[in-house]
Amino acid sequence: MRSYVLKRILQTIPLLLGLVVLTFLLLQLAPGDFLNTLAQDPQISPATLDAMRHRFGLDRPWTVQMLLYLRNVILHFDLGQSFSHHRPVADVLRPALGNTLLLAGAAACVTWGLAVPLGVWAAARARGPADRVLSVAAFVTLSVPELLSGLLLLLFAARTGWFPIGGMRSLDWEQMAWGARVWDLLRHLALPALVAGLVPLAARFRQMRGSLLDVLHLDFVTAARAKGLGEGQVLFKHALRNALNPMITLFGYTLGSLVSGSFVAEVIFSWPGLGRITVEALLAQDPYLVMGAVLLAAVVLVAGNLAADLMLVAADPRIVDA
Amino acid sequence: MPDADRPARRAWRELTRSRLSVAALAALVALYLLAALAPFLAPYAEDRMDRARFYHPPQRLHWLNAAGRWAGGPFVYATTPTGPGAGYREDRARPLPIRFFVKGDRYRLFGLVPSDRHLFGVEPAGESVFLLGADGYGRDEWSRLLFGAQVSLTVGIVGIVISFTFGLLLGGLAGYYGGWVDALLMRLSELLLSIPGLYLLISLRAVFPASLSSRQAYLAIVAILAFIGWASLARVIRGMVLSLRTRDFVAAAEALGLPRWRVLTRHILPNTVSYVIVAATVAVPGYILAEVFLSFLGVGVQEPSASWGNMLNQARSLRALHDFPWLLAVPGVAIFVTVMAFNLLGDGLRDALDPRRASRRG
Repeated sequence: MRSYVLKRILQTIPLLLGLVVLTFLLLQLAPGDFLNTLAQDPQISPATLDAMRHRFGLDRPWTVQMLLYLRNVILHFDLGQSFSHHRPVADVLRPALGNTLLLAGAAACVTWGLAVPLGVWAAARARGPADRVLSVAAFVTLSVPELLSGLLLLLFAARTGWFPIGGMRSLDWEQMAWGARVWDLLRHLALPALVAGLVPLAARFRQMRGSLLDVLHLDFVTAARAKGLGEGQVLFKHALRNALNPMITLFGYTLGSLVSGSFVAEVIFSWPGLGRITVEALLAQDPYLVMGAVLLAAVVLVAGNLAADLMLVAADPRIVDA
Repeated sequence: MPDADRPARRAWRELTRSRLSVAALAALVALYLLAALAPFLAPYAEDRMDRARFYHPPQRLHWLNAAGRWAGGPFVYATTPTGPGAGYREDRARPLPIRFFVKGDRYRLFGLVPSDRHLFGVEPAGESVFLLGADGYGRDEWSRLLFGAQVSLTVGIVGIVISFTFGLLLGGLAGYYGGWVDALLMRLSELLLSIPGLYLLISLRAVFPASLSSRQAYLAIVAILAFIGWASLARVIRGMVLSLRTRDFVAAAEALGLPRWRVLTRHILPNTVSYVIVAATVAVPGYILAEVFLSFLGVGVQEPSASWGNMLNQARSLRALHDFPWLLAVPGVAIFVTVMAFNLLGDGLRDALDPRRASRRG
């Protein structure tokens, strides 16, 4: 098992290297000699440009540039300079990643906190009216793109005034007491988390319901019923425990999608996360920031998949043999 | 071989047994017909502006005249602005009958047939009919919806065809030839799959110049989608080919001395076709939404050309959302119906093409 863990960790190293090379190539492909364009921007000092030119060897052949880029990114976590923020890219991305993970965590709470109980509830009433309504609702929800649910909830917030219409903090955040700050943050979180969590909620609901229904048809459940156990005991003590196994696997593999799931919600609700930064950087033609954000998002995905694999092995060592 | 079409015919019978699948298929056929006939069905060109009637709400069709009598056909009332803002009042004294096959903006149907007849419209020339409302430039939402469908509905199909062709061939190559081809292609696909989709979309968009003409933007989006899409399909196809190539019919084809390329394309890959059809159907909405998202952000199809994405962009401001909800509703409903239809059709096809699954569900 230890050798499997080691192998799995070592496998990610060439992948990460490949990602850095890929972002470098995309940077090279980005149109125009943007250093010259930027030199005409009075807001950017010549010293900043000189520093960039020196650090990334921008006047040297592209092979040298690639090695310098690799060295800077891997050894110093130096992703270059953001020209629209007038700060190093890494400094811009650090708080954004935190904000994205906060939103993604909240969305995961919406998804899993509702999907599991609703799935169990529907499976226990399979083919009843409540089950049918939930199943149809889940299917319809799967066809509502986040762009639409996001704009609809934005409209809802604007009409009712019950929720803020975007951003992460109110203007008077600085003057708030500790408890008021938490409440303020939760109010800002609610709608974007709902947008990001809704489609996964529908998908997980269907999987939870299906998984439990599959188990409920197995012999040991019939045996438990035959020996006279109450339906509640059969459901929660016997069936549910087995039905949850595939869901735990699934949970592991959604770790990797944590950063990407809230992308659209961030854009619509002006949540200062990684997705919104990426879009703004694209619109501002700030290539180092775009590629830095993409690289960071990919690293989180790779790390999430690694964590999921390791957790699964820890939970069920038989996987290694397979 | 009279039996050659039997699996396809059986699948078709299975598919049409499900009422939902038939409804989805009918909806998609209707949507693509609307897109193909857009310039005829739309009363106006996509960039035709009525500057006096910006943010005009959807007009009600009337059938009975002021006296409560049958008017001889549908009509709308002419509207007059109530103030400097976007407020309009129906002018009960001026009914505008809907005329059919009226002359209007010139166009070429299917890019070929020149005409200036439109299915419906109102006269005289200074008046407009906005059945689904107008946007901030006074452009008819119904017309833009149809012209936008030409972009939004085709970009997904074209993207899918290209990326799935690559995915099928590259996955087949990797699985059948193995060795360094396999290793290289699989590492490459891993690399692409380890970048979250929307981030990859944005970073690839950054590779193209910031301002593109609508035609260039369309091609750029197709190229981006094709580049992203092949990887996941190639991995599945590779797995299927790995198992297929150990089967007897492959050994037989090889023993007959067929060239390997021919064995792959004529004998192995056709066995993956039912998987590919289902995967493609299910994948189309994602492709359509990618175009919608890029155009929504303003880096896709550019104004004044219409796309469902840049129509949604008009609904982005709070004022537009709050005061002019049809700007969200018109493209929103179209996108929802399209995505839903593809999802339903995908489910139906999966059941129809995989009899085991269908019988287990029943």
